[in-house]
Parts: sequence; C-alpha cells; structure tokens
Amino acid sequence: MSVVDKDALAPATPAPSPAPAAAISPARRLLLDSRWRWWELLFWVACAASFWVFPKKLMLISEIFILGLLALSIDLVLGFAGLVTLGQGAFFGIGAYAAGLMAKAGMGVAPLSDPLLGLAVAGLAAGAVGFATSFLVLRGSDLTRLMVTLGVALIFEEMVIKFKDITGGSDGLQGVMSSPVLGVWSFDLFGRTAFWYSLILTFLIFLFCRRLVNSNYGLSLLAIKGNPLRARTIGMPVNARLVSIYTIAAAIAGISGGMLTQTTQFVSPDMAAFHRSADALLILIFGGSGFLYGGLVGAVAFRVMQDFLGNITPQYWLFYVGLVLVLLVLFVRGGIIGMLMAASEKLTSRRNDQTGGRP
Amino acid sequence: MLTILFDGVAYGMLLFILAVGLCVTLGLMNFVNLAHGAFAMAGGYLTVVMMNRMGISFWWCLPAAFLFSAALGAILERTLYRRLYDKTHLDQVLFSIGLIFMSMAAVDYAMGASQQIVNLPSYLSGRVEIFGAQVGVYRLFVIAVCGVLAVGLQFIIARTRFGSQLRASVDDGRVARGLGIDVTRIFSLTFAVGSGLAGLGGALGASILSMDPFFPLKYMIYFLIVIAVGGATTITGPFFASLLLGIADVGGKYFVPAIGGFIIYTIMVAVLIFRPEGLFTRRTRR
Repeated sequence: MSVVDKDALAPATPAPSPAPAAAISPARRLLLDSRWRWWELLFWVACAASFWVFPKKLMLISEIFILGLLALSIDLVLGFAGLVTLGQGAFFGIGAYAAGLMAKAGMGVAPLSDPLLGLAVAGLAAGAVGFATSFLVLRGSDLTRLMVTLGVALIFEEMVIKFKDITGGSDGLQGVMSSPVLGVWSFDLFGRTAFWYSLILTFLIFLFCRRLVNSNYGLSLLAIKGNPLRARTIGMPVNARLVSIYTIAAAIAGISGGMLTQTTQFVSPDMAAFHRSADALLILIFGGSGFLYGGLVGAVAFRVMQDFLGNITPQYWLFYVGLVLVLLVLFVRGGIIGMLMAASEKLTSRRNDQTGGRP
Repeated sequence: MLTILFDGVAYGMLLFILAVGLCVTLGLMNFVNLAHGAFAMAGGYLTVVMMNRMGISFWWCLPAAFLFSAALGAILERTLYRRLYDKTHLDQVLFSIGLIFMSMAAVDYAMGASQQIVNLPSYLSGRVEIFGAQVGVYRLFVIAVCGVLAVGLQFIIARTRFGSQLRASVDDGRVARGLGIDVTRIFSLTFAVGSGLAGLGGALGASILSMDPFFPLKYMIYFLIVIAVGGATTITGPFFASLLLGIADVGGKYFVPAIGGFIIYTIMVAVLIFRPEGLFTRRTRR
C-alpha cells in the first residue's frame, strides 16, 4: 500500500501551474486553485484497490483510514487554523463511547443500533464537548493551549475509568453489535464491510474538509494562522472562526472514534487514552500538516512502519518512532508530503535549467 | 493524619527538585522540554545500577547521579537542543516527545521493563516518632536535602553574580549579550544544572517514586502542573506549587481515592485559564 502511495505522490513531472508551494504563505495559497489533480485521484483509487491487493489485511487498512481521519481532524485545527492541541484523542474517545453506547442500547437491532445513526450521535456528542471546550483554547499562548488541551484529555480519560456503570471502567464495552449498514451490509469477520464503510465515509468527510479548506472560510483560517491580530483588524471574527473550526474538528474526531467502535465491535479505555492524541499528532507530523493529505499518508506510513519495526523488535520499536520524530523535527519540514513536494520542485527546476527555462 | 501531611511534604519537595530544572528551561529559556523526566530517570537508574550491581554506597550515588545527568544534559544541549531554541513550541514538544520515546525504549532494552527497587542503607530506613506521628527516616532525609537545595538555589539566583547574569539573559537576551554576558554559555550551564538536579531528584526518589521505563511519561504531567500552578518565572512559585501538589496528591489518594486524579487536572486547567502566568507570580513585569 505504501509503495502505491509513494508512486502516487512522488511524480516529479511539471505540476500544473502554479506549482504547489511547499511554503504555506497565504498569498501563494490564494493563487492555488482547487481543481482535482491526477495524483489525488490516483491516491483514492489506490486506497480502493488495496481491497483486492491485500485481502487479508482489511481490518488493518480500515483502521488506517480511521486513524487518518483523526489526523485529518487535527490538521484542520493545527495545519489550517494554527491551534496547537494535544487533546484530540478525547473527542475520539467520546465518539467511540457514544457510538458504542448507542449500539448497545439498540441491542444490535435497527433503528437504535444503526451505524450511521451511531456516527451521527458520536459526531454530535464530540462536537458538543468540542464546542464547550473550544472557549478554553482561545486564550493564552501555544504552551497554554498544549497544556489545557492535555488537561482536558486527561480529565476525560479519568472519567472513563471512574464512571464504571456507563463506560464499563477499564474493561470497556464488549460485544458492541451494530445493525447492517443501510439495512443491507452487516459487519463481517473479514472486515469487508468495515473496509468499504470506513473508506467511503473517510472519503466523504475528506471531500467536506477539502471543500471547507478551499473556501473563503478556509482562507480566513489561514489568515488567522498567519497573524491573528491582523486578521482581526481587517474585520475577521477570529474567535468565532476558531470556535467553529475547533467544533468541526472535534465532531470529525468523534465520527472517526465511532467508526473504530463499529468496525472493531468493542470499546476500550485505550481509545480515549492520552497516547491516542500523541499518536494522531505524530501521524500528522509524519505525513505533513497543512496539506489535507498529510494525515492519511502519515497514517499509512505510521502503521506500515509500526508493522515493519514490530516484526524486527517487537518490544523496542518505540525507540525508532522517537528517532524518526527527532530527525523529522531537526531536518525535515512538512513531513512526507513536504519532502515529496520539495523533491518535486527541485526536479522541476532542474529540468527547467536544462531546457533553458522552458518546461 | 500528620503522617500523611509529612509524606505529602516529602513528595512535594521531591517534585520540586525534579521539576525545578524544567522551570528554568521553560520559564527562563522559553524552551518546552517535555523530556525533562528522562534526565531524572537517568539519575534514578544510575543509582540503581551503582547500588544494586556494584554495591557502591548510597552517598556516592547522589553526587554521581547529579553529575551524570548534568553531563548528559550538557551534551544533548550542545548537540541537539540548541538547534531548537528558535523553533516553535510545537516543534520542541514533538522533539522532546521523540526523546522520551527513545529514552523509554533504551532503558527498557538495558534494564528491562520491570520496576527497579533500591535497597536503602539501614540507617535511612525505619520510622521515628515526631509530634506523635510515625515518620519515615528516609522521608525526613529527603525533606532536609531538598530544603537545603531549594534555599541554595534561591540564594544563587537572587544573590550571586551568576544569578543576576542569568536573570539578565532571560529578561532580554540581546541587551545582555550587548553588555558582554555570554548568554549561550549561561544557558548551557543552566540547562546542565537543571538536568543534574532532575537526576539528583531521580536518585533521591528512586525508592519513593516507582522507577520504571514509563517514568518520563508518567511524571511529565506532574512537572507541567507544578509549572502551570507555580508559574515559571521564580523559584518560590514552583516550590509552593510542588508542596501543594504533593500534599494534595498524597492526601487525595488517601481520603478520596475515587476522584484523586480529577481534582489535580481540573485545578491545572482552571489555573491555566484564569491565571495563565501561574498562581504565585506577580502580574507580568512589563
């Protein structure tokens, strides 16, 4: 899967003008049009094709989509609005538990156990908590935000363990059965339904995010990220924008949590644990924040690396994750996508040199 | 009751020694070093190795832990941390989380994942009775050592030439440089001392706190709370914050085990929202 993705993103043929800029200066962003590029289509086709290429890894692949979606939700907040957060895992957990409780309440029978209804509830619950806590991140510096979001996530983690009657404590919720998707496809043991369910929903939510980012609203977020003070002076409702994007991202994180519950059919406190937030942030940084595809590409790279290193050193793979993280921060800006874009630009400019400036 | 208060004070003092280095890097040098706990872990594990495997006296372990962690801090500062001073907080956070992961796996590889136990010398174990309360001798010892260190640090920062140079470098690095203060050297030295203190705290706490590979991650949040509540611009703020946190944590776990963790996190968030510069600091100086 990773090979396919890299092929999809690596091509260094002259990109349609204007070239995608690795530097995220708002002015150049404005010039970028939002047409679909061929490698984007290739990426999604490759995602769908993985169904036939890796028929035995369908559960793993759907988990990758879900992780990618979670990382995408962080990207909206961090990569586009410039808010630092370490607490996105809390919304993921809220969504996971909301969907799990809904399915349990319906005893696996529609209408209450309908998976799409469950996701709607998961998204609403996480969005509501996101809206309520969004006011906490409006104040203070990056450092304060990191600590506040971390604190909120820890409080939620603590609640999951403490309210045993609802959440099942450290045992989690077992045997969460959803009714068949749209009343037709039930979740099977091999993850076929889970695969298409998570792929299609991830794609739809991605479309929504893509539209959102490539709108005036998205541009205003970039302006706020660039300089909140100036954004305010030209009349942008900075706080309202930040509250809304934080809420949207929380809802998306909740939906991804709900998807994980429905496809794996259980909820564990692990889904709300702090390391979810850290992992998701890591995935985004691996992939590259501010590119929309960063989360998805990062999720693929992260899971493939985890799989690969886990086979070599099952106990110590964390070491290499740390090493990669340190190296990324020190030497690479913009993660995998940033690297590919820089490489592609370099190749393009070299080709231009050879042909005397003509492409 | 008094015993709990006493244990809380000892725990809080220990937290102060562990966290004070982070206060300096975070508050004074504006660098978010979440991997601070890794230096403490280095000190703690050095003590374990020296005492349990080589049979060296506990008294030699404390300075050795300080020097070892300080050297480690100095080397890492020279090679890695310095490149990140002018990067964003997010980069610094990611970088130090990476360091935490590496240190955890490395310790796991070298020493195993199980918790390490330190056998204290016999004259430091046992209990004595003070004001009718049973008090561990070792906890008295910890309080004494940490108290002396706290007073010493306050003295160094407030009264010595080095202290005033440090405060000048922090207040305005450019002007301090212009006055001929070697800001880079001061920061390196401060970073090393802060790491060394963490190592010393780790050595002292090896028998009180649990010493296992998850140490840096487990105590990271405590360090952050100390700094959030105490503010990072003074020594006294974090000192009182650590005491409060130590007493609240020990007492909370004892009296209301059901909601122990809750209170602490909620207080942290509340303080961050309403007094972002910490509870015990004066309003901004500028």
